[in-house]
Amino acid sequence: MPQVGEPKGLGPVGWLRWGWRSLTMMRTALVLLLLLALAAVPGSLVPQEGRQPAQAAEFRRRYPDLAPLLDKLGFFDVYASPWFAAVYLLLFISLAGCIVPRTKQYVRILRSRPPTAPSRLDRLPQHVAWTASSDRGEALLTAGDLLRRRRFRVAVDFEGNGSVAGEKGYLREAGNLVFHTALFGLLIALAGGSLFGTTGQKLVLEGESFTNTVTQYDDFTPGTLASADSLQPFGFRLKGFSATYQRSGPQRGTASSFVAKLSYTEGDGGRARDALVEVNKPLEVGGSKVFLVGHGYAPVVTVRDGKGEVAWQGPAAFLPQDGNLRSVGVVKAPDARDRNGKRDGLGFSGFFLPTVQLTKDGWFSSFPAPDDPVMVLTAYHGDLGLDSGRPQNVYQLDSSGMTQFRKADGSPFAQALRPGDRMKLPGGAGSLTFDGIKQWASFQIARNPSNSTALWSSVAMGLGLCASLFIRRRRVWVRVEPLLGGRVRIVVAGLDPGGTERTAEEVTELADELRERFPALRTATPDVNTPEPVHQEQK
Amino acid sequence: MSGTSLADQNLAQLANWLMYSAIAVYLLAFVAACAEWAFGGSTKVVRVSAAASSAQQTPVAPSRGRTRSVAVDGATGSSTQVLAPPAATSPEEHRAPAGDGSGAAGDSPRADLVGRIAVALTVLGLLLHFGSVLARGLAVSRPPWGNMYEFSTAFALMASAAYVGLLAARKPVRWLGVPVLFSVLLTLGLAVSVLYVDSAQLVPALHSYWLWIHVSAAIISGGVFHTAAVVTVLYLFRDRWEREVAAGRVEGRTAGLWRRLPSARTLDKLAYRLTGLVFPLWTFAVIAGAVWAEAAWGRYWGWDPKETWAFITWVAYAAYLHARATAGWKGRRAAVLGLVAFATFVFNYYGVNILITGLHSYGGLPTR
Ligand code: HEM
Repeated sequence: MPQVGEPKGLGPVGWLRWGWRSLTMMRTALVLLLLLALAAVPGSLVPQEGRQPAQAAEFRRRYPDLAPLLDKLGFFDVYASPWFAAVYLLLFISLAGCIVPRTKQYVRILRSRPPTAPSRLDRLPQHVAWTASSDRGEALLTAGDLLRRRRFRVAVDFEGNGSVAGEKGYLREAGNLVFHTALFGLLIALAGGSLFGTTGQKLVLEGESFTNTVTQYDDFTPGTLASADSLQPFGFRLKGFSATYQRSGPQRGTASSFVAKLSYTEGDGGRARDALVEVNKPLEVGGSKVFLVGHGYAPVVTVRDGKGEVAWQGPAAFLPQDGNLRSVGVVKAPDARDRNGKRDGLGFSGFFLPTVQLTKDGWFSSFPAPDDPVMVLTAYHGDLGLDSGRPQNVYQLDSSGMTQFRKADGSPFAQALRPGDRMKLPGGAGSLTFDGIKQWASFQIARNPSNSTALWSSVAMGLGLCASLFIRRRRVWVRVEPLLGGRVRIVVAGLDPGGTERTAEEVTELADELRERFPALRTATPDVNTPEPVHQEQK
Repeated sequence: MSGTSLADQNLAQLANWLMYSAIAVYLLAFVAACAEWAFGGSTKVVRVSAAASSAQQTPVAPSRGRTRSVAVDGATGSSTQVLAPPAATSPEEHRAPAGDGSGAAGDSPRADLVGRIAVALTVLGLLLHFGSVLARGLAVSRPPWGNMYEFSTAFALMASAAYVGLLAARKPVRWLGVPVLFSVLLTLGLAVSVLYVDSAQLVPALHSYWLWIHVSAAIISGGVFHTAAVVTVLYLFRDRWEREVAAGRVEGRTAGLWRRLPSARTLDKLAYRLTGLVFPLWTFAVIAGAVWAEAAWGRYWGWDPKETWAFITWVAYAAYLHARATAGWKGRRAAVLGLVAFATFVFNYYGVNILITGLHSYGGLPTR
């Protein structure tokens, strides 16, 4: 780690250098990591604009005093806010400033020989020593061979009092470098995804089709740099949708499967192929993936106006509100005419219950399958506001320019309909028939060109992390000191910065092997220390 | 996927019955483990040599005799053998301000016996517990971690398996029994009383083999993180006690407990090892979750609250590992970081599931 001293000199260069050194210190990295964790917290507590716009709006409504402040702080879009970016960018600059010098150092270490033995090997807590009668050179060569066989990098030094140095576990540092470098890969992938990826949502009724162009989407979010023609040409038709639910047991009503049957074509006018799309099983087509993300019912209705003409006909998608698919929706017939032939739009709003249950508290749905479907509607007439140019939600009725139909007693006119039923509006203003029920499925269509970068970076990260945490870097030395009378004193010692027991065992094993070839002389005083692993402070 | 058959219901019933039995047995084990501490503290007789010779036969039970003074300034060779078998002696006690304590039983044979009974009961409880989780899985023909009840029981299973696993690996960690059993009992108690739901099929969002991969990795990580956190808490207590002793202050009333723990250094290292061991697995769990999210929702990372807190946990543990490697942050500060990291893990489970709604709410289906 670079050492931070006092800022040298007073010039800006000195300060810059000091700033750079401080930033690339590991302690700074630690603080930045903690800051990053802290900075991520508010985004999980305050609803995020991008992910849950409805909840965010609700939150704003509920805390009118707090919201402007939170807005200013970017709390409704934490992960795209400048301060969040500042934290992770600083962290990554610090990381770069850390990786580069460490890589250089690592390459230098790989090129150089294992460091020579310290002068007093028996000072090391892990050491074994004995006296044997042998030739010094032979003992050294044998020790070198044994170490090599154990896949140590070995340097034999015949000079001085002769020693063999072995080192192993270089992959630890390599793994650490790979891990930290892979973090950059992940960052690049994340950035690439948000710059070039596209996602969009589309609700498709049974029997209807979708083609992959911007205008077809209900909701389309392109990446900042994604162009409209990055959308690959493909299309599909929803042939049918089926859902099954548990009919008994404590979780009655919980879905057990959703299957959307599609027929899709790739490219412009390719051959149509069938596919089943389920939750967790997207369709891959044209570099995009099509995910099933929702489903619901669409009552099929026919609206007749005051002249008896069909003013609107078709399925109207209702949006589910609860687990039993109580759904709300609207039917809009803007071009309806009244009895006199004057344009007077009709609008209906209400809810649909797949399995109706009437309690004293009101209407409920007691099961998500359409076992006993009922639709309850109220009706309006007037200007639907569709020509005003103002953007309108297709699932809501803008009743500001409309009048609600009322019963004779003045209460709002409403009617519950079963399939086949007809609702006659008061005063001969028209009617609505409930012809049947269709289903719809909603899809998320996503393209992310950087998925594989992210995946491979993660794999590299995982492998690097394992190497960095599980591989031990350790050094072993064998010294052979000449004694009088053709005898030698052999010392085997090891050093392991991690202080693990395995290194102690390795030293013992090596010593035992060596002692088999060069047995300890009985005359010599036993000088065999049970080796114990040494704990050394890490830098 | 049809409704539950009668056989499945019987299996589910068996699972519940096994769960209550497991809790009862764990409770007995907990009482026994507490008794070991109580009896072990009351012995006054010290038989150093006799205990040292009997030590070799009971590598699992660190119940060797140790006088007070040896435990306190035990920088002797023999005191380093308390925690580990000879070949695997931890070395740094040479420099440690205090040697490892004698273990929960102190030097009392009676306490040692009770301690062994506690371990036997824990193993029995673990088997029953495992049986319960297995029966639940068989009853629903899927991995038994589809809702909060199941996740809690599986997490507690991993926590107690991590403890028994350390014992089986001949690590002298019997002193961990009381705190580990305490949190296992707390988790299971919460699970059966507050979080319980009858066995059932999964919502379609959870129909994926990633459920096996991602959630089991998360559960195992959780079990080991939990053990590491328990060790860290004990480290903080023992470390404070060692400081007080070093400062020559009078030992407090709880000194009898801290004295019998391994040295602060040993505890710190054990916590670090456990964390380092599962951090890659936790990393994998997060990545697997991202891959699953990509398959289910079309984006691998969307800052959903669950994902956000998994990220926070991951960063917090990375910070802990860095702290351990950075001068000035070692020891107590790193330990506190480790505890904060574990707290974020726990919050991700209870807090996020209960307080915050996101895509990961177990049970709802992804309707938009
Ligand atoms: C994106 C943020 C980062 C993450 C998630 C991260 C994660 C990790 C992890 C998990 C380890 C543990 C591996 C081990 O114990 O050997 C580690 C080690 C290390 N990291 Fe980072 N790191 C980050 C940024 C940095 C930065 C900015 C620096 C340098 C200024 C740095 C320097 C180191 C060093 C030197 C080690 C080795 C420590 C040792 O020898 O034990 N890291 N990092």
